[in-house]
Amino acid sequence: MSQVSETIVEREIDTRHMQVSTTEVAIDVVNMHKWYGDFHVLRDINLRVMKGERIVIAGPSGSGKSTLIRCINRLEEHQEGQIIVNGTELTADLKRIDEVRREVGMVFQHFNLFPHLTILQNLTLAPIWVRGIPKAEAEATAMHYLERVKIPEQANKFPGQLSGGQQQRVAIARSLCMQPKIMLFDEPTSALDPEMVKEVLEVMISLAEEGMTMICVTHEMGFARQVANRVIFMDQGQIIEENEPEEFFSNPQHERTKLFLSQILH
Amino acid sequence: MTDIGFVRSDMVSARPAPHRTTGAVAWARKNLFSTPLDTGLTILGLLFLAWIVPPLFGFFIGNAVGPNGTVEQCRMENAGACWAYIAAEMEFFIYGFYDIPEHWRPNIVFALGALLFVPLLIPKAPFKRTNAVLFIVVYPIVSYFLLAGGVFGLKVIPTEKWGGLLVTLIISVIGITLSFPLGVILALGRQSQLPIIKTVCVGFIELIRAVPLITILFMASIMLPLFMPQGMTVDKFLRAIVGVTLFTSAYMAEVVRGGLQAIPRGQYEAASALGLGYWKRMWFIILPQALKHVIPGIVNNFISLFKDTSLVYIVGMKDLLEAVKTKNDTALEWQSGNTATTGYIFAAMVFWVFCFGMSRYSIYMERRLNTGYKR
Repeated sequence: MSQVSETIVEREIDTRHMQVSTTEVAIDVVNMHKWYGDFHVLRDINLRVMKGERIVIAGPSGSGKSTLIRCINRLEEHQEGQIIVNGTELTADLKRIDEVRREVGMVFQHFNLFPHLTILQNLTLAPIWVRGIPKAEAEATAMHYLERVKIPEQANKFPGQLSGGQQQRVAIARSLCMQPKIMLFDEPTSALDPEMVKEVLEVMISLAEEGMTMICVTHEMGFARQVANRVIFMDQGQIIEENEPEEFFSNPQHERTKLFLSQILH
Repeated sequence: MTDIGFVRSDMVSARPAPHRTTGAVAWARKNLFSTPLDTGLTILGLLFLAWIVPPLFGFFIGNAVGPNGTVEQCRMENAGACWAYIAAEMEFFIYGFYDIPEHWRPNIVFALGALLFVPLLIPKAPFKRTNAVLFIVVYPIVSYFLLAGGVFGLKVIPTEKWGGLLVTLIISVIGITLSFPLGVILALGRQSQLPIIKTVCVGFIELIRAVPLITILFMASIMLPLFMPQGMTVDKFLRAIVGVTLFTSAYMAEVVRGGLQAIPRGQYEAASALGLGYWKRMWFIILPQALKHVIPGIVNNFISLFKDTSLVYIVGMKDLLEAVKTKNDTALEWQSGNTATTGYIFAAMVFWVFCFGMSRYSIYMERRLNTGYKR
């Protein structure tokens, strides 16, 4: 795994836009708890993400990392504490939830493209029906983002006709078409063949270069090392360790972190 | 060490597949006579056909009395089907007791229906939205006033006089166009998180599904008036339509629910994450996929409904089958050995043509909509 991720970025990362705001908070999670029935999945989560920050969340499976980012756009409900996204607190109020979701893009492990719509329709549906953008304009934007993810020629195909890597790039483009302020990535490369991981990571890196606020749940440690400002390590529903990538990888503090890193970095 | 090593030096280029053994003889050998058991079954099958086909051919065509024949020919000893009877009574089978000089009115309704409905079925035909509005909103109103009369100097013809294929088609078309959306709404309601909506939908579905259609028609025609205020009546025809529609919608709801359950959770999540609200999510993402999955079940219900319209005879309406039965029993001038049989065969054929048409169209639609997995 690390072989792939080590080779992903041979080029220099362009850091011109990668400044992190020190005053503007994008996401603020305060003393947040979540239960599935009686099972306490997320425990006392405190996480502040500044605008322009790129966070990688790592951890063993079942540690609650996916659940955490799914709480940020309320695909999962939290029971205690606060989650504030772009200044809007997430509550049961559906209007507020949709407000937040409009500004927060999400990329899933299994792409979740709409199989009955063409690629172009996948990209234009939400801009047209949520943002009320005219069709022609939405299509122009869609083509722009398809070009960015380097597959404009697939615009009129159906998702089932594309490779996994292409589908995931379409999924990223679909989120970008909504012009989100924040992007959440939920293990975006875990379901891909090794050869396709690179093309998806490259798109994510170029997003980071443009200063997008990102939270990525991923096992791509090469990506974390090169792109992230902060790596967050979770286990048993808690944040165990949090540090800059360099420190995190070379000098882990918690026993659990050391064990995890020794397992995945040979 | 190098003994087990292997490096390919030239790539194998693709070449056309070998020629398949084709031709009638090869086909027969492969499909009919490949094993002794196959051969035996083939021979048995041929014997069965030889036994069954000639008498059927004789009854339906060979010895049958054509549309221009007379009743005397039908009464002859070896006569087959009496098509002359069908031809002579065709008007009654189509219109029932609808006043004969006014038959042009149902004819216009039929023609208008075909004119509006056929383009709806053809995916490439233009103006789909206008067409649908005309068919679903304008057409029923125009048809009602044309058939019932009472406006523009048209003679009033009460629904009791309507009959035959006209009634069968009216009930089916209205039943199908109403029960489908109603079923979808019930299915969505059953999945709702709001307890009251959910309970109402579950209650309705389970109640209606647990009762035979005949009972519902009885209730609609006999018991409903008891609950109505004195002097207030609802047309019998309307009550039958409501009964059939509600009955089918409960079944439809369960079929649609099956489709909804087949949609992966990721589809809901992706749609939600893009900011689509509940109705947009359902309309653009979930329902198109769910309904596509259950086209066979939906059409199954349409076909059932079409055939179940023949039960409205219970409440005294003369649909196609009942019209045929009435003539069989009363047209003494056509009395012969095969008259009644021919009448029922005719009714069966009409039902079959419509149902088979629906079935074929649904298969065509399934293929057309199969984009998700098309390569």
